[in-house]
Amino acid sequence: MSDEVVAEMVANVWKVVVAMGDRVDDGDTLVILESMKMEIPVVTESAGTVAELRVAEGDVVQEGDVIAVIE
Amino acid sequence: MFTSVLVANRGEIARRVIRTARRMGLRTVAVYSSADAELPYVREADEAVPIGPAAPAASYLDMDAVLAAARRTGAQAVHPGYGFLAESATFARRVLGAGLTWVGPPPAAIESMGEKVNARNLMAEAGVPVAGGTRQPVTEVAAALDAARALGYPLMVKAVAGGGGIGMSVVHDEGGMRSAFGTARTRAERFFGNPGILLERYLEHARHVEVQIVGLPDGRVLALGERDCSVQRRHQKVAEETPSTGVKPELRQRMVAAAVRAGQAVGYRNLGTVECLVDPVAQDFVFLEMNTRLQVEHPITELVTGIDLVEQQLLLAGGQPVTIEAAAGASGVPAGGHALELRVYAEDPRRFLPSPGTIRAWEEPRGEGVRVDAGYEAGSVVTQYYDPLLAKLCTWGADRSEALARARHAVAAFVIEGPRTNLPFHAELLAHPDFVSGTYDTGLVARMRATP
Repeated sequence: MSDEVVAEMVANVWKVVVAMGDRVDDGDTLVILESMKMEIPVVTESAGTVAELRVAEGDVVQEGDVIAVIE
Repeated sequence: MFTSVLVANRGEIARRVIRTARRMGLRTVAVYSSADAELPYVREADEAVPIGPAAPAASYLDMDAVLAAARRTGAQAVHPGYGFLAESATFARRVLGAGLTWVGPPPAAIESMGEKVNARNLMAEAGVPVAGGTRQPVTEVAAALDAARALGYPLMVKAVAGGGGIGMSVVHDEGGMRSAFGTARTRAERFFGNPGILLERYLEHARHVEVQIVGLPDGRVLALGERDCSVQRRHQKVAEETPSTGVKPELRQRMVAAAVRAGQAVGYRNLGTVECLVDPVAQDFVFLEMNTRLQVEHPITELVTGIDLVEQQLLLAGGQPVTIEAAAGASGVPAGGHALELRVYAEDPRRFLPSPGTIRAWEEPRGEGVRVDAGYEAGSVVTQYYDPLLAKLCTWGADRSEALARARHAVAAFVIEGPRTNLPFHAELLAHPDFVSGTYDTGLVARMRATP
């Protein structure tokens, strides 16, 4: 089972909170985006391991872009 | 009087300032980041100068770049709009130091009001009522807990150098303070470069009401009535109206008198706004802060007074006689119908999350008593770099119900496709019984969203 966590809007990646291989629980913050002067935490809705982390701090993400994959 | 002005801002406020300046016969200079090259304000200025990449720190907040643009174009004055460098005393000093006219209050007044703890202390000394709060900035959680014990909960936690609701939160107990304080301090440092925190008694069911003031060259301070800004989400204003439905004449007089005292206490010149929290039941108020610039919601004051506030700012800065005095009247309370401003944001109307994107369709409402101050048009790209304000939809009516009726029609007629907008929220607000009756407070939006 793997779950893709996607960006809900165009944003800058302000902070990457987790690292590849980290164990995460439902509700944990993976990265913090910044858009229109607002910080938006991106949380996982499933528990597991961070199998892929496709963004780095300073990146720009588009709506629907995959931020991370949780396995 | 200067004959040219650079507008150190973007979007709707740059466009609005340029409109008045051009009408006055001034040559206008716009500055823009690479993200904003296609926006209407850039085209509508007589000249436009690129000042850097999209990130605000590298363009609109870059004092060297803005001043170089002024030098290059021979602009004689600088109007800062609101936000960005508008409340930077350092920038105001640099503008003056370059031999240019600063369209705003003296740097010392900006400085004394820019730090919230200092501003409160000054106001208390001047006899302006303030809520209980810390008399020094707090930087450690242990000190915050001690101060909170003495002050009592609930408390508002705010960055002393903050603004725009960023890093503000309400705490109800020690647990809340422990978790909120660290976040507030981190944000204060990140957004405002100053970790100092103010703890202030939080008034529940309060209204947020502000008084427009004008400092004249001879030191007199006039008031131009109030604006009620109680409709807020995330401590940011979404809709405003004047006059306030929560302020009775006796309270209005006391607030106006206090706002004038506040301005006099800091030697205020030009336009400013004294923000207060009002307890509508007790008909009492406390000073919150003073904004030393043009306010976003200034159009509603213009609609009920017939005064172009930007024109008055430019005339005052240029040392010209102003016409504002007669309109202010003896009581400082102008009367002329009712006005409403709805901030149209690029955000989803339920959770209020940002929604940047390209505007595919844009049709503004028109009609009697309708005014739209917009920063965008069809084809514009709304980026993630700046605040979500797309337009200010303002309506005027002979009375409140006429202003509301016009607003309902205007909201329904406003077509924006592309980014999601909060227009559906405004339609909901204009139908909400508490808003319609005028008996609302700063908790209204949260209550609207708590009951699905």
